[in-house]
Order: sequence, then C-alpha cells, then structure tokens
Amino acid sequence: MSQDTSNSQAAVSQGTTGSMIYSAGPVTGNEILIDGWELIVGLEVHVELATLTKLFSASANRFGDEPNTNIDPVTLGLPGALPVLNRHAVELAMRIGLALNCTIQPSTFHRKNYFYPDMPKAYQISQYDQPINIDGFLALPGGKRIGVERAHLEEDTGKSTHLGGSGGRIHGSDYSLIDFNRAGVPLVEIVSRPDIRTAEEARQYVTELRSILVAIGASDAKMEEGSMRCDANVSVHKPGTPYGTRCEIKNVNSIRSLGRAIEYEARRQIDMNAAGETVRQETRHWDENDGRTHTLRSKEDADDYRYFLEPDLVPLAPSKEWIQAVRDAMPMLPGARRARLSEATSIAADAEAIMVVVERGQDDYVLAVATAGGDVGRALVHVKEAFADLGPTPSVPAADLAGLTLLEVAGTITATQAKTVLADIVAAGGGNAAAIAASKGFEAMDTGALEAMVDQVIADNAVAWAKYCGGEDKAMGALVGAAMKASQGKADGKLVTALLQAKRLA
Amino acid sequence: MKVAKLARLDLDPETIERTTEQLAGMLEHFADIDALDLRDVQPMNQPYPLVNVFREDIIVAGLDRTEVLAAAPDADDGRFRVPPILGLDS
Repeated sequence: MSQDTSNSQAAVSQGTTGSMIYSAGPVTGNEILIDGWELIVGLEVHVELATLTKLFSASANRFGDEPNTNIDPVTLGLPGALPVLNRHAVELAMRIGLALNCTIQPSTFHRKNYFYPDMPKAYQISQYDQPINIDGFLALPGGKRIGVERAHLEEDTGKSTHLGGSGGRIHGSDYSLIDFNRAGVPLVEIVSRPDIRTAEEARQYVTELRSILVAIGASDAKMEEGSMRCDANVSVHKPGTPYGTRCEIKNVNSIRSLGRAIEYEARRQIDMNAAGETVRQETRHWDENDGRTHTLRSKEDADDYRYFLEPDLVPLAPSKEWIQAVRDAMPMLPGARRARLSEATSIAADAEAIMVVVERGQDDYVLAVATAGGDVGRALVHVKEAFADLGPTPSVPAADLAGLTLLEVAGTITATQAKTVLADIVAAGGGNAAAIAASKGFEAMDTGALEAMVDQVIADNAVAWAKYCGGEDKAMGALVGAAMKASQGKADGKLVTALLQAKRLA
Repeated sequence: MKVAKLARLDLDPETIERTTEQLAGMLEHFADIDALDLRDVQPMNQPYPLVNVFREDIIVAGLDRTEVLAAAPDADDGRFRVPPILGLDS
C-alpha cells in the first residue's frame, strides 16, 4: 500500500482567516491514508420499518402526511397512555437480523431519557443491553465481511423545523415547530463494528444494506426521504497503535455525502494530529454546502440518558418456531443472487454487469433466457445494456432474446448487428431475431467474400496499410473502419482484424 | 446537578441542600442492599410473568389535530411551537 503524501499537501490550504481549509477530494481505495494513517469507520444506520402503524400505537406510519395528523395518546405521551408492541415490526426486525447473519435473542426495552422536544414523553423507547439481534455480518460484493454488532428496535422521534435566526440551523434559531407524525415510527438501528477502512467500503456497505432491506421488504430505505439515515463514527490511527478518538458524523443524507464526509473528517483528524492538536470526542454535523463537518455538541455519556427498563413493556422472546418461520419465508438476498449469476456466466460476482442486473431484479430473466436455450453471457450483456427501463419482468419473451444470442454465437450476425436487432425487439416488446436480421439484410459474409473485400480495402488504402505494416498499430483503425463501411456494417470486426494481422505477417 | 442543568431546572441553594440530603438517604438505602449476599437472586426485569405481548399492525384513527393543538401552550402551521432548542444556556 503506497502512501499518498501528494494528496495531503494538495488537500490543505490556508483560508482567509488563517485557519486550515480542508477539501474533500477523493482518496478512494487507499486503506492507508496520508503519512501512514489508517482510517477506522463504524456506521450506525437507522431504517424506518415498512409497517402500517407505529411501534407502540395504532396511528399510521406514513411519510408525507399533513403534520400532526397521525398522533394518539401514546405518541403524545399523554398521562395513562400505555405502549403495546407491534408484532409486524418485530417480524421485520427479525428479518433484518437473519439477513445480516445475526443471532436473534430474548430482549428488553429501555427508556432513554433526554430533553429535546422531539419526544413529548421526554424519553425514547429503545433497546439497550439486550437488543433483539446481535453478532452478525454483512458481506460486501467483493467478499469482505463487515461485522454487525447489533440491530435493535426503537421508536423514531418527531420532526423539528428550526425557524428564524440563521436560516434553518438548530444553532441561533428563534423557535422550532414540531410534527409528531414520525414520533413512534418503528426503527431498526444497525450498528456495524469498526471494520470499514475506506470511504468506498462505507459506500458499498450502505448500498448493499439498502439492497438487502428492500429485498426482504423491511424498509423502502430511501435516504432522500429519511427512511434510511446514516451516522459515521470516524477515527484515524497508525497501524499497530490503539484506535484514535472518534467523532460521530451526523446529517449525511446520501451515499455520496457519506463518502465525502468520511474523507473530509479523516483529513481533518490527520491534520490535527500532524499539528500536535488533540481530537475531541464529539458529534459533528456534515454540511453538504461547504463540504465540511462542524461541531454540533460534545458527546453525551450513556449515563446522561439514565437508561432504565421500560416498566410498561414486557420482555420480547421470539420462539424457535417463530424464528424458523421467518427464516423459511426469507427471499433470496442480493449476494446470493449475484453468486448464482456469477456461477452461470463465469463472471466475477462483483462485476458491473452482474451488480447492475441484480440491482434491477433482472437476474431471474437472464437465467430464463439461458433456460430457453440462449447464451447466458450474451444475455447478461444485452439485458444490462438495453433493458434499463424494462423492470424486473421485461415484456420481451425470454425465448426471443435467446434466439438473438444464438445468432451471435453462431456468427450469423455481428455484435453490432445484434444491437440493432435487439433495439427493434425491445421497441416491439418481442420478435423473431432471425427474421428481423434477414429483413435488414444481416447475414454472415462467407470467408472468401470477406477476404476479397479486405484485399480491396488494402488496395484502396495503401498509405494506411504501409503505416500498419511499418509497425503503426494505430493505422489498423482506419483499415477496419474502411472494411466496415465497404460491407455496410455486415463484416465481423473481429474477423477483419484477424485477417489484417494475418496479412501483415504473411 | 448535571441532570438539573440538562433539564434546565433553576434550583435555589435551599432546594439543592434539601435534595442532596434526600438523595444521600436513598443512596444509603442502596448501600444496605449492597451489603446483602444476592448472588443467587435473579434481577427482576418485570413484576409480571409475561413475555411477547403484541398488537396487530392495524391502523386505528388517532386524535384530532385541532383539539390537540388547542391544548398546547403554542402552535403554528399545524405544528407545536417550542422555544429554541439550543442556546438558552449561554
């Protein structure tokens, strides 16, 4: 692993106030950052569960409704109101645990006490020392496993809007308006172990987690709507020494921002260390506009929350039978789908075509093309390139795409011609590839005709041919282009290239 | 004192002295419990011998917003209006 000292110098410049300005340029892929520092990241991801109602009451769990229209005595913490646990929320939490290879264990609920007005009861019900899911992992597409420490149930808080003062920020606002529709919405908080070493790994982790959550129907996991939210614990250290003091980065609203925020924060900490300053443990706020993190508050100690067992709820202890039933009903996860397609095509599971096709849910379709007798590798390429808008169940019959791939594999049509035929098939929602190819006059040139044509091209392009024979491989392009033109696109580019190479050697 | 500060409780010196005495008395009582040999006693999470009490995931209409906001100290634009969240201490 090389040290990237040039990035370090480029990243720091003097601001007008004389303080350091840090840019969040890419350091992607470097496990060891500047001057031998290693990045250590753990992620806390909150996901809103796709239930109809709240975690402890029967008000609707629905994004985008008029403010304070989904409220009830439990949501508002009115005297005498009692929480009752939503069975479906527990089941979705169990699906998440199983999908992340966790152990599901008996668990309890605690009150987390604090003094913001976004929870009218002045506490949030969460799981503390006995969470429902523990000790799992998530495998990144490339195979690296990121540990999952826990994935616990808790309720979401209300939504605060800060008004007056300095435009929407909590600092310096004159007052806040609170909407409790979100208060009490079921959340699962997924806490990773500090196994992430690069911003790219963090992006991959969140991307894969989102795919899994959508696949198991646990959440719609939309970062832009806040149904999936991500906080990053970032620290730096030199390998072989203890981890440095970590800062928690909040307000990261997209996967792209997550990468930028981590890269910025790593640089900030490394430069503080280099300047002999001490990194303080604190919560920092990512500002998308200026591309920096800012101090939000010093980190509370767990003591400040005065956790204690929620006296109004009994323990949760899913039976073995219930866990097994949830396990049996689990759909195939994205990782398993990629592995299956990788095996069928002999292409790496994290290759772009496989990632894209599985993300679109079109892997079943590609395999159906193979079942219909088609070439699975060509089918994968065509679906990736031409089926972007066709969804998980493309209207084109699998047998029609199979027919097209067979024409290609047999050499009857070229890859370029296949694209043209496929465009017609996609536009018409199906079609016989052989008939369409014939109607366009696409048919394989026999070798004799092709060779005669190449000889003609050489005769007509003597200058290019001389250059090519003189060792200028770039001249090949002009010759192949002329051959394609002469054949009106019917010639197989690969064959033309092979013929030209053979003739140069002759 | 820290929790009082977080909760923005304005305690006068007399109250602090009285509360300190009362809390000290409670802590002494816990010390009595600490003195007992409780190795074989399981912590009691709940007084009831119950687990897995659930409700089904079915929507039931809740409270009317107009009535609820009428009972709040202040409201604006369909929402509860509260004083600034940070910055009162300074």
